[in-house]
Amino acid sequence: MKKVEAIIQTSRLTPVKDALQEIGIDGMTVSEVRGHGRQKGHTEIYRGNEYTVDLLPKIKIEIVLPDDRLEQVLDTLLQAAKTGKIGDGKIFVYNVEEAIRIRNEERGDLAL
Amino acid sequence: MSCRTVRRTALYMILVLSLAGTAWAQSVVPAPAPNSAGAALAALQEKTQELEKAVANAKSAGDNAWMLVSSALVLLMIGPGLALFYGGLVRKKNVLSTMMQSFALMALVTVLWALFGYSLCFHSGNHFIGGMGYSFLRHVGLTPDPDYAATIPQQTFMIFQMMFAIITPALITGAFAERMKFSAMVLFMTLWTILVYDPMAHMVWGKGGFLNASLGGAVPTLDFAGGTVVHITSGVSALVCALYLGKRVGYPHEPMPPHNVVLSVIGACLLWVGWFGFNAGSALNAGTLATSAFVATHLGAAGATIGWLVAEWLRTGKPSVLGAVSGAVAGLVAITPASGFVAPMPALVIGLIAGAVCYFMVVKVKPLFGYDDSLDAFGVHGIGGTVGALLTGVFATSVINPIFQDNKGHALAVGMVDGNAHQLLNQMVGVGIAWGLAIVGTLIILKIVDSVIGLRVSPEQEVQGLDLSLHGEEAYNLEA
Repeated sequence: MKKVEAIIQTSRLTPVKDALQEIGIDGMTVSEVRGHGRQKGHTEIYRGNEYTVDLLPKIKIEIVLPDDRLEQVLDTLLQAAKTGKIGDGKIFVYNVEEAIRIRNEERGDLAL
Repeated sequence: MSCRTVRRTALYMILVLSLAGTAWAQSVVPAPAPNSAGAALAALQEKTQELEKAVANAKSAGDNAWMLVSSALVLLMIGPGLALFYGGLVRKKNVLSTMMQSFALMALVTVLWALFGYSLCFHSGNHFIGGMGYSFLRHVGLTPDPDYAATIPQQTFMIFQMMFAIITPALITGAFAERMKFSAMVLFMTLWTILVYDPMAHMVWGKGGFLNASLGGAVPTLDFAGGTVVHITSGVSALVCALYLGKRVGYPHEPMPPHNVVLSVIGACLLWVGWFGFNAGSALNAGTLATSAFVATHLGAAGATIGWLVAEWLRTGKPSVLGAVSGAVAGLVAITPASGFVAPMPALVIGLIAGAVCYFMVVKVKPLFGYDDSLDAFGVHGIGGTVGALLTGVFATSVINPIFQDNKGHALAVGMVDGNAHQLLNQMVGVGIAWGLAIVGTLIILKIVDSVIGLRVSPEQEVQGLDLSLHGEEAYNLEA
C-alpha cells in the first residue's frame, strides 16, 4: 500500500478531485495548509505597516491506495494539478504499514 | 334674521369682546360671566392656553424624539461600533479583551455619570469644574434646563451627554490594546473621567465654564460636539499611555496584522451613521442647526475618506479598505468641533485635510518616533481633533450659527471667514488646555494605578493572549 501526499495550488482542488473520482479513487483527506518551496510571497500593508507573507495557502491531498494503482493516480494528479507556473507544489509517496476500516475492521487492500 | 346672520353677528361680537378681553386677560383671571358673550370669551382664552401648551408640547416632542434617538445612536457608536472597529484591528487572541474594554465602559461610566459625573460636568460650580448639586441625579428631572436645552427634559440632556462620557475613555483603549490589565483599565478610566473628562466637559459646555462659547466663558472656544472634550483629550491621553506602557512584546519586528478587517469595516460604518447622533444631536433640538450639523458631518466623512485614499494610492499604489474606513473616521473626528458652525463646502475641505494629515501621522510620523499607539488613537483622534478644532476657528460662521450676539441680539462675527481671526487664538487656547489637561492628568493617573495594581500584563499573559489569560475565553471556537 502506498500513501500519496500532494501539495497543490488551491485553485486546482476541484479539477484534481474530479479527475481522481473519474478514475475511481473515492477516499481522500483534504486539508488547508500554508507553505512555500521556491515561490516568493507577497506584501500586505495595513495602515503603513508592511507585512511579508511568505507562507502561502495551499491544499494538501492525502490518498492511500493499493500498489497497482500508484502510477495511474500519479499521472492523473500531475495532469490535473499542473499549471506550469512556480507554486504548483509537490507530490510525495510513502509506504504504508497497515490500513484498517474502523466500521468492520477489514485490513489491508480490502480497507482501501 | 336668517340663522347665518345670527351666527355671524355672534361671531363678530365674540371677536370684538375677545380683543378687548386680551387687554386685561394677563392680569385678571376672568370669572365666568353671567352673559353668553363673556362665557364664550373665557372659553376662547382657555382654548388659546390649551393651544399654546399643545404647540410647546409638539415642539418638545419633535426635539425630544430626535435627542433620544441621537443618544441611542451615540451608544451604538461604542457598542458595537468601536468594539468592532478596534476588535478587528487586533490579533485574534485579543479580540474579546478589546471588545470587553468598550463594553465594560458602557456599564462603568454609566454608573459614574449617574452618581456624580453629570453633576461635575453640568452643575454650576467654578470655571473649571461643576458642583455636586446633581449627584445621584437629584434635581435632574423631566423639566428642561433652559441654559442647556429649553425644549427637552433635563434627563434627555443628561443621557445624551452620558454617551459622550462613555465613548471618550473607550477611544483611549486603542493605544494600550493587547497589553493592559483589565483591572488597571477599570481603575484608570474611573480616575480619568473624574480628573480629565469632567473638567474639560465643564469648561467647554458647563455653566460658568472657562471656555464655554454659548454661556459667556472667558475664552470662548467653539466646540460643537466634542473635538476638544472628546477627541483631543482621549487622543493625547492615548499617546501618553502608549509611551508610558511601552511597546507590545515583539513590536515592531513581529507581524501583527489585523485579524479581521471585515469587523473593522462594519464597525467604522456604524461609527459613521452613529456620528449623526453625536454631531447633529449636539444641536440639542430637531431644528435647522441639526440639519446643518448632519450635512457637515457627512461631507466631512466623505472628504476625509477621499483625502486618505488619494494620499495612500499615490504613496503605495494600492488604496486599502482599512485606509478608507480610517480616513472616514479621521474626517468624522475633525468635523466634530466644526459640525454646527461651518457651511457644507468648508466641511468637505476640513474632511479632505484631516484625511490626508492623519494618513501621514499614522504611516510616517508614528514609525519615525517608534511609539506603539496600537490602534492609532493619537494619530486619528488626537491629531484629527486638533486639526478640526483649529479649522473650526477658520471656517465658523454666524450664517450657520449666530452663537456670538451683541446685547441687541445682532449676530457678531464668529470665525475667520466672518472676519474674526481672533477666534483662531481662542481655539488654540482651548486646544492647549485639552492637551495640557490630558498630558498632566493621564501621567498622574498612570503613576497611581501602576503603583497600586500595575498596568501591564505579564509577558507570558501577553504572548498567550488576553482573551484567555484575563477573561478565560476564546473568541472563535469554530471546530465546536
